[in-house]
Amino acid sequence: MSTAPTPAPEDFLRVQGEEEFTELKRRHRSFVLPMTVFFLLWYLLYVVFAAFVPQVMSVKVFGNVNVGIVWGLLQFVSTFIITSLYVRHANRSLDPLASDIRTELEADAVREGAVPARASAPDPEAPVAEEPLA
Amino acid sequence: MSTLPLAIPLAADAAPATQVGNPWINIGIFGAFVLVTLVVVLRASKNNKTAADYLAGGRSFSGGQNGTAIAGDYLSAASFLGIVGAIAIYGYDGFLYSIGFLVAWLVALLLVAEMLRNTGKFTMADVLSFRLKQKPVRIAASISTLAVCLFYLLAQMAGAGALVSLLLGISSRAGQSVVIIVVGALMILYVLLGGMKGTTWVQIIKATLLIIGAFVMTIWALALFGFNFSALLGGAVETAGTQAVLEPGLQYGKSFTTKIDFISLGLALVLGTAGLPHVLMRFYTVPTAKEARKSVVWAIWLIGAFYLITLVLGFAASALIGADAIKAAPGGVNSAAPLLAFHLGGSVLLGIIAAVAFATILAVVAGLAITAAASFSHDIYGSVIKKGQATNRQEVKVARWTVVVIGLVAIVGGIGAQGQNVAFLVALAFAVAASANLPTILYSLFWKRFTTRGALWSMYGGLISSMVLIAFSPVVSGSATAMIPGVDFHLFPLSNPGLVSIPLAFVLGWIGSVTDRTKEDPAKQAEMDVRSLTGVGAEGAVEH
Repeated sequence: MSTAPTPAPEDFLRVQGEEEFTELKRRHRSFVLPMTVFFLLWYLLYVVFAAFVPQVMSVKVFGNVNVGIVWGLLQFVSTFIITSLYVRHANRSLDPLASDIRTELEADAVREGAVPARASAPDPEAPVAEEPLA
Repeated sequence: MSTLPLAIPLAADAAPATQVGNPWINIGIFGAFVLVTLVVVLRASKNNKTAADYLAGGRSFSGGQNGTAIAGDYLSAASFLGIVGAIAIYGYDGFLYSIGFLVAWLVALLLVAEMLRNTGKFTMADVLSFRLKQKPVRIAASISTLAVCLFYLLAQMAGAGALVSLLLGISSRAGQSVVIIVVGALMILYVLLGGMKGTTWVQIIKATLLIIGAFVMTIWALALFGFNFSALLGGAVETAGTQAVLEPGLQYGKSFTTKIDFISLGLALVLGTAGLPHVLMRFYTVPTAKEARKSVVWAIWLIGAFYLITLVLGFAASALIGADAIKAAPGGVNSAAPLLAFHLGGSVLLGIIAAVAFATILAVVAGLAITAAASFSHDIYGSVIKKGQATNRQEVKVARWTVVVIGLVAIVGGIGAQGQNVAFLVALAFAVAASANLPTILYSLFWKRFTTRGALWSMYGGLISSMVLIAFSPVVSGSATAMIPGVDFHLFPLSNPGLVSIPLAFVLGWIGSVTDRTKEDPAKQAEMDVRSLTGVGAEGAVEH
């Protein structure tokens, strides 16, 4: 079993207050929380319209395709777009910062000798394969 | 296009008109699937040494593999047969299900998957009890895990029985029971032998077959309409004789209550996925949080593409076969996809689609069993009974026994649940997951002041309120399609409890915490905070 060294409780408390970590947390939350509110509202708006204003949904757009079908397909499109945006945000703004903090903490833990160094945990800096479909 | 139900009389020379296609082809193709997957499971099981191997597949699957397996786990018979059937019969209202099922994955992607992978080991309870009191939180999380898995299991087993009547020409109750026993026994075998690794491979193979099979049908059906989606919709309107199939409301537009019910269902669907224990557990089979993220990205693309396919298949079935012919066929709503396959490609395509549908049930059932087994052995036995002193070997042994017990319960329950409303059980599982699990998961990851009392109030409150509301809903009594016909003790007007029980569970978690004077350990909170975002100390892949 490959387990990274476990830092001491004080290390976690210290890191939690450090600027680097609060910045990581801010970047994470300032993306995921507003985005969640957005897609939930966008979805609920659609559901409420489908239930209570079906006459809007039945307006023809082209051929037999109506607003309801288009709006439904737009839910698919928005899901795919949000997925891609998040992956880009995480790769660019979150992962480098997270791996800095992790490396630093693991180095502290090894120095303190709390737990023997890991034998063969995955290298966080290792080149990663192409992002699938994103 | 011809609106005559051509598919059914064609089979009449081979068998009575109650059955379509050649059952021996169906059985043969399904048998081949079982054989191939068994070989794969046996090969995968050679490296099952530790608990991390058995319960988390050695954490060595790639994001792409795990994403495919997630799609395999998620696209259950309810998704494939259920959604195609719902669109074929109720038109647009069936499409609404697939949208909820897909958008739900954003909750998993943005809020849950990576942080869960960073803080847990085997089960949902690992995360929930991370900084709270171990024993009570683990017990509560385990109870709700078992409850959700059980409802999901029963739905799949009941679905297996219902499918048989159409696909294998077995319509007697005893014959269907035999099939349920076979499915249950195979599931026990897979999970006992292969653990999470074997189960994951079964999911991957099944997802690939399902998506390819459905894709071929889609191209085929679209070709009949000159690859013109609008013309296909026109065909559906022509067969149905009304524009209403393209508009919302056929199923849920009857009254104010059904409209509210629809919103309740929509809420349960979108918030349920990220609380489904068998979905959450899949995030532990990859080595890092980044791979967990990739898994979800893969899953979203595969699942999204699949639901787009079901939209075409549903309206194609509606246009080519017609809602009335589908409803009249054995298997009812669930028969839309198989009937369409028979209409397009005769006995062989039907055989393939039928085998894929069985494989789907088998794979989903196996995924549920390993989840329930992990929860019992790791949370109840390992952490509560043995107080964390259980060895890996003991946990795996208990997990294996649990699989056998769960398999037997699923067989007995599946036989008992024959003829029950399958969609009801699945929707119940989603509503319970969204009420009992999701609020506590989100609070413990995002809210510093969350306490043990808040977690217990939220989990038990969500679990009990959703179950009680369902027990007194029209699904159980007092409606034409109720589980218990002939009596009426329904007090709650909605068939899905989500609209009430989900907000209730969020509120209970909040009140339980803010009124709690005890403060949880700030060091543990800091550890969880830092670990969830950075992955420090997370367990990596098992090296062999």
